[in-house]
Amino acid sequence: MSTTAGPAKLRELVAELEPLPRDQRMEELIDWADRFVPVDPGIATRPYPEIHRAPRCESDAYVFATDREDGTLQLHFAVENPQGLSAKAWAMILNDVASGAPLEEVAAIDPDAIWRIFGRDLSMGKGQGLIGMLELVQREARKRIDARRG
Amino acid sequence: MSANALPEIAARGYARPDVLVTTDWLAEHLDDANVRVIESNEDPLLYPSGHIPGAVQVDWARDLNDPLTRDYLGRESFEKLMASIGVSNDTTVVFYGDKNNWWATYAFWVFQLFGHTRAKVLDGGRLKWEQEARPMTREAPQHPPATYRAPERDDQTIRAFRDQALEHMRAKRPMVDVRSPQEFSGERTHMPEYPQEGVLRGGHIPGAKNVPWARAANPADGTFKAAAELRAIYEGEQGLKPADDVIAYCRIGERSSHTWFVLTYLLGYPKVRNYDGSWTEWGNSVRLPIER
Repeated sequence: MSTTAGPAKLRELVAELEPLPRDQRMEELIDWADRFVPVDPGIATRPYPEIHRAPRCESDAYVFATDREDGTLQLHFAVENPQGLSAKAWAMILNDVASGAPLEEVAAIDPDAIWRIFGRDLSMGKGQGLIGMLELVQREARKRIDARRG
Repeated sequence: MSANALPEIAARGYARPDVLVTTDWLAEHLDDANVRVIESNEDPLLYPSGHIPGAVQVDWARDLNDPLTRDYLGRESFEKLMASIGVSNDTTVVFYGDKNNWWATYAFWVFQLFGHTRAKVLDGGRLKWEQEARPMTREAPQHPPATYRAPERDDQTIRAFRDQALEHMRAKRPMVDVRSPQEFSGERTHMPEYPQEGVLRGGHIPGAKNVPWARAANPADGTFKAAAELRAIYEGEQGLKPADDVIAYCRIGERSSHTWFVLTYLLGYPKVRNYDGSWTEWGNSVRLPIER
């Protein structure tokens, strides 16, 4: 099995989910989606600014980031489509693996992790929406890396 | 009014109101052995997270597409699929799904390639059923296998291929591009990391009108808009005429099957075809004309 770039927790999750039979993997992902917590109104309120909207995401996902004391990211998400379970699952996974992780590792997450987690039969549109969420997370990480470099 | 049309659906003025059922009607027919409820979604997590009791899942990628060639399943595979979900030639199938029934109408369209006309769509789909707090279950349905005999797939009547789309364009006959305005303008094509999933060129087929597919649905509950509202969009704004020969397309043919459904059944257009090759074929083809 090839490695997936990015935080160690993501590599562990890929290693855990990728070999599972499809039905079992779906159940695991539904569990992730069930844990979804929307962005706190103290951080963002509707209507959410367009700049935070994940491109190509049909589930209307929004990505927000705040700074932790150690200089890493704390991620927050909104998913406006109540039926956007995959977006909610991916939001919680990104929150788990990227919040608090070194910024360089967040910026290096390989989008292929999406297919390794959700399965190769993920539709084109769905895959692109999940990539769009990852893009915004990585944009936040790169912004902070660039600021640190001055 | 068409036979078997529900009064509340017929009141919206559709040409074929019998193809839609309400959540009330479906709730009353959940135990009807002659009705099979089929869920088709874009999001693969939805069905296993809970579905209408007794509903089976038909997955666009695993069930409806040929695993090798870019094409739909053939006659024998369709017969096997129908047998496996307990659908005989006499069974009425009711499709529903997420996002205003977009994949549900895609499955509906594929079923029509095999002439299964005992087919309906749940108005409002999964969203409306959930909003009304109707029963959902994670329990896998148990339906006895059925016997199904299908004709060869009809690729002529409601399906268009690249050369037919080109001929249509040259003849300046109406085409509806149902993608987003950004895709239509060519501003949005694909992700650089995944060029194989996108297209080499952005834009639209010259002469095509842009009517994003979801405009046909009420965003609050996913139901279809009334016929008068649909006519205002397709005829009032875009100049389509009821007798027009229309081709609809999107990126891979799923969103355009929703528009195909609207024009064919709700507005009664006699000749509407879905170009399922759509932009992933057109935008990658050598020397096909593109407009931006």
